Amino acid sequence: MTWRSGSYTGWGRALVADGPMARPERLSALHKVAGQAPAIGNRRSYADACLNDDGSVIDMTRLDRIIDFDPNAGTVTVEAGVTLGDLTTLLAPRGWMPAVLPGTGHATVGGAIAMDVHGKNHVSVGSFGQQVRSLTVLRNGQSEVETAGSDEFRASVGGLGQTGIITQATLSLAPCPGTGVRVRERRMDSFDEHIAQLEASTSPFVVGWIDATATGDATGRGIMEEAELVDRTPPPDKKAKSVPFDAPHAALSGPVVRAFNAAYLRRVPAMGRTRIRSIDDFFFPLDRIANWNRLYGKRGFHQFQCVVPTAEADALKDMLEFIGTSGLASPLVVLKKLGEGRGGMMSFPMEGYTLAVDFPARAKAADVIKRLNQMTADVGGRVYLAKDAFLEPDQVASMYPDHAAWAKIAAKSDPEGALMTALVRRLKLREVA
Amino acid sequence: MQQTWLILGATSSMARAFIRKLAHQGDGIILAGRDTDDMAATARDARVRGARLAEVMRFDARDADTFAPLIDRMAREEGTLNAAVFVGSMPPQSDLDAAPDGIDGVIRDSFTGPSHVLHLLAAELEQRGSGTIVGVGSVAGDRGRVGNYVYGAAKAGFHTYLSGLRNRLTRAGGHVVTVKPGFVDTAMTWDVEGMFLVAPPEKVADDILRAVEKRKNIIYTPGFWRLIMTIIRLVPEPIFKKLSI
Repeated sequence: MTWRSGSYTGWGRALVADGPMARPERLSALHKVAGQAPAIGNRRSYADACLNDDGSVIDMTRLDRIIDFDPNAGTVTVEAGVTLGDLTTLLAPRGWMPAVLPGTGHATVGGAIAMDVHGKNHVSVGSFGQQVRSLTVLRNGQSEVETAGSDEFRASVGGLGQTGIITQATLSLAPCPGTGVRVRERRMDSFDEHIAQLEASTSPFVVGWIDATATGDATGRGIMEEAELVDRTPPPDKKAKSVPFDAPHAALSGPVVRAFNAAYLRRVPAMGRTRIRSIDDFFFPLDRIANWNRLYGKRGFHQFQCVVPTAEADALKDMLEFIGTSGLASPLVVLKKLGEGRGGMMSFPMEGYTLAVDFPARAKAADVIKRLNQMTADVGGRVYLAKDAFLEPDQVASMYPDHAAWAKIAAKSDPEGALMTALVRRLKLREVA
Repeated sequence: MQQTWLILGATSSMARAFIRKLAHQGDGIILAGRDTDDMAATARDARVRGARLAEVMRFDARDADTFAPLIDRMAREEGTLNAAVFVGSMPPQSDLDAAPDGIDGVIRDSFTGPSHVLHLLAAELEQRGSGTIVGVGSVAGDRGRVGNYVYGAAKAGFHTYLSGLRNRLTRAGGHVVTVKPGFVDTAMTWDVEGMFLVAPPEKVADDILRAVEKRKNIIYTPGFWRLIMTIIRLVPEPIFKKLSI
């Protein structure tokens, strides 16, 4: 009853792995399989970070209990399989919420730590890993507690599951005055305006949406959202919808995306607007549509996400020009400012601007993304390993300066390499140059 | 009125989903099962989620000494006492074919063990004139099939027991819900080939809670299994005996 064979994918569905998967429902069942395979969460990373086509994986989603909540100190201790959405739903009415939320509430705490995810408030609070006080990591048959600040901890946070299986974590929470978010939306007419406004904003939560079909002077146009938590009751959320089957190829073709983007842009009046939205609606907008990844059809999609240093913001403009002329743009393009906060050695964030773009998985997408990867490398930027499918091993070494130190700790934690994933093998992350 | 639930087999994922819903309502919960470490984590989760009480007690369907303490503990709670049975074991039929001694264990886990506990609790419910018992059976108990007829026989026995208990408790103001799940996405079915229409445990828990509120007698969950099992039951035996479904 332990292993099930079959194929599975990450959120992008473009890469597929075949192999046995275990899904322990109790700690004792986890102990029986630990050490044989890497742990995975809800598979919300896009490509092969959660795949192991040469071996097996351990799905942690059934170990999802809240062990302790201290409403005075604002801390919570949870099993790694708890989703951030579940945690937010439970805690927000009691005045607390996870201090960092990525774009989906389906991500597990274990996955959020292993990828050291960030949110729309990275500039002010840093990454998810920086909110973690301690971790319990299962390695070599032993549960070990790692506390914030230690080298082992910094290797586990953002550590792609390579230092052991994260079974529990204690998180510092952020106060949450109510269940509402006041969101101010404004149209941005150009890339330069977008960057200038991101730079000028003092709101705790800031995110830019970009119409990537625009070219020329309009390159980089879009909508900037600035938000703060408020003690206001939001209007009730609309009923969640679902994409019941794989959409046909044409659903996200060039003309459709152009039309959608134009309409999306116009829904915000020229003067801008301010609305009260629910926490879920603001932080997890796409979770309202279950299985939205099916919109890209059965071939799936890739996401490219990079960060470039502040001084190199123009590189993103070049990328947007290039994407705009590629004819491959999707409606999902996000621009954010990042601070310098990062919780681990292999964490993605660095001070600068981050751009995330979805591409339907067609032959041409690989070339486009490889070109974007190179443009990122050329300006001293970094590509996000939770999204990547096309980096080259030598590019990683220059993008992640602490890689060698991390690889040494990973080698000590997992000498047999039993925790390696498809991503780790593809990018030779466990090899120390 | 204050509600307290005894959960037999509290480590099962269906039980865990049900416990979360009870916790959300603020009910008291006694978690009973063998893996006390695991149940301790579930009990803490239940408390954070709002349970008035969440305590762990050892219960082993094959160890009758563990039965009476459960009833004693429940009797100390005021208000309405309820119970939900999620225990059962389903070893592969081939294991039982090789070692028929295992049959007794399956019957004990899935039928006689929990029935013994319910029998002890029934007297308390009659005295208080209220309380609901949820017995989780299985669609496998509706007709014997070559693939799992020992488990099916145990569940069929349990169904019949629950039917009689319902007859008894109804007179005293109590109620019994028989739950027949189809395929549920749990550790029990994780590696079983040919599973279809697999329901998440949360769906089953929702259905059970609704059945308790509406005082349903027998439910299939998800509901379409009632239709499937009606058809399966209607197949004449001369034909059924040649099928492998």
